[in-house]
Amino acid sequence: MGQASTNKQALSLEHVSVNFGGLRAIADVSFEVQDGEVVGLIGPNGAGKTTAFNLITGFVRAFAGNILYHGTQLNGLRPHEIAALGLVRTFQRTSVFPNNTVFENALIGLHRRGRSTLWDTILALPRERTSEKELADEAWDILRTVGLDMRASEPAGSLPYGEQRLVGVALALAAKPSMLLLDEPVSGMNASETVKFMKLIEAIRARGMTILLVEHDMRMVMGVSDRVVVLNHGQIIAEGTPAVVQRNPEVVQAYLGRGAARA
Amino acid sequence: MSRYAPIFWLVIFLTVPLWLKDQYFLHVLIITGIFIIAAMSLNLLLGFTGQLSLGHIAFFGIGAYASSLTSVGFDVELFGVVRVVHKPWPAVAGLIIGTALAGFCGFLIGKLSFKVRGAYFIIVTLSFAEVTRLVALNWVELTQGPMAINNVPPFTVGLPGLGYVALWNKAYYYYLVLFIAILAYILIARLVGSRIGRAMVALKENESLAVSIGIDVTRYLILGAVVSAALAGAAGSLYAHYVKIIDPDVFHFMYTVTMIIMVITGGKGTLAGPIVGGLIFGFLPVAVRSFASPEVQWMIYGVFMIIIVFVLPQGIVPAVTQWIESFRSRPPNDTGPALASLATSRKED
Ligand SMILES: Nc1ncnc2c1ncn2[C@@H]1O[C@H](COP(=O)(O)OP(=O)(O)OP(=O)(O)O)[C@@H](O)[C@H]1O
Ligand SMILES: [Mg+2]
Repeated sequence: MGQASTNKQALSLEHVSVNFGGLRAIADVSFEVQDGEVVGLIGPNGAGKTTAFNLITGFVRAFAGNILYHGTQLNGLRPHEIAALGLVRTFQRTSVFPNNTVFENALIGLHRRGRSTLWDTILALPRERTSEKELADEAWDILRTVGLDMRASEPAGSLPYGEQRLVGVALALAAKPSMLLLDEPVSGMNASETVKFMKLIEAIRARGMTILLVEHDMRMVMGVSDRVVVLNHGQIIAEGTPAVVQRNPEVVQAYLGRGAARA
Repeated sequence: MSRYAPIFWLVIFLTVPLWLKDQYFLHVLIITGIFIIAAMSLNLLLGFTGQLSLGHIAFFGIGAYASSLTSVGFDVELFGVVRVVHKPWPAVAGLIIGTALAGFCGFLIGKLSFKVRGAYFIIVTLSFAEVTRLVALNWVELTQGPMAINNVPPFTVGLPGLGYVALWNKAYYYYLVLFIAILAYILIARLVGSRIGRAMVALKENESLAVSIGIDVTRYLILGAVVSAALAGAAGSLYAHYVKIIDPDVFHFMYTVTMIIMVITGGKGTLAGPIVGGLIFGFLPVAVRSFASPEVQWMIYGVFMIIIVFVLPQGIVPAVTQWIESFRSRPPNDTGPALASLATSRKED
């Protein structure tokens, strides 16, 4: 939102590449996300968006290049260590524990916030109970934030798909990220759910959270993003404000395929 | 109401020696209790972290041997240079050392195999059990090999007014096993009911998702392996001091299978599952041995297990729990579970 220049750099990728056998899924990609920014990462199917997420969050290794978060090098860190640094992602497919209730999902997400030690737990010391109580309170807070408190006792897997996406976001929010990476969060949501979700993103960013968003719903990404990065065949083909990117002929071509660039 | 169920069962179990005068049944109950402890320990890994320890009997056997050797004493030469002589210690020291050593082995196995888990863990535990069996069989100087360690002393307890009493008596031994079983149950219940247990279940259900929110999966897998192995070791120690003789047959694969059968039929991932499954398969031999030869007995167990798993794939305890809940809550609502499974299957993409 304009003040990006005054902000601190949160995430940066410097000339990063990922290979899967002969396939170069990410090819010499560089981009940055500033603190407090909402950045959309878009591109056609197979462009490498999810791979970029996997790369940032430690699920796949970079073949070349550096990834930094607030100055800390992420290359070589394991996923849980990256989450501990405040970078938390959701998954394009399963992002919930389906057999656990919605409430338990939030509790699991709060894992790192628990204060009790192994001995507190085994000996049932007072701190175990106070910590569990705090976690339960926080879980309710998070469920209210995403609007799932009425669903708390239902198994997450039994919710409609759109609401399951919300559970996934609640799970990620519970880990108290400073930066949230959302992989197609509104896929499977209907129009009104999507509008609500856009409001949720506004609310989350108002708390100062940085967001990197992969989404195929163009109205949604363009509506909430400060800036959009466009990937195609593992390379960045455009970058800029939603308005600028939407008019970029290369982007239009990438989406519509060869020969349709006249739009 | 279900809050009082544990107390109800506790009272039943506590009073058994008062109304069960048949020594043979008490004997079966003691052996069953020991195996229930082992099954509970297996369930911590299998039911909560999702890892199958196919060599779980190794930890049981290590507990049995370590405990026996601690209380019997030994005199061995290591590498032909160092001579190690150990004078007999009380059986309780054996229990502690057996438990600790088994737990330590659980730690090593966990470290070794959880880097690449799943099938790898199964293979590593299976091989580990075979290695321990071969050591017990071939390190004759220490373990007496196939000649077995004889005269494993009983536990002794200091009772006020009576001095030290050896637990030869079956009723006393029953209470000792019950006491350890209750400790094991409480330990597992606390772990599983805490954020540690949630982390374990999370990694069992979806490891990628678990690590993405910052759960250090390896740490909880190793914790599970250590506690599980230690409890199996404690059960092994109880076994050794009860039967008083221990040989390499204690590492027989069938014992691991028995534990797995107990856990799966009772209901893996539930606290009561191993107890229910353990009681069934502890007493089934008693029920069928009058008319079936040992080979036929194994077939009967197999058929029995297949039937249970076929009819109640989740195991007995979850099925009964669901059944009771369906009675308690709401009028017929058949669409619920069907929709639930639909939603889960759709989500697979
Ligand atoms: N683990 C993997 N092993 C081999 N190839 C992979 C792997 N993960 C992704 N790929 C390949 O890398 C390319 C990029 O895939 P990716 O999932 O990142 O695309 P995407 O932009 O997220 O697409 P979509 O919009 O369909 O989700 C694809 O060609 C895919 O087949
Ligand atoms: Mg993708």
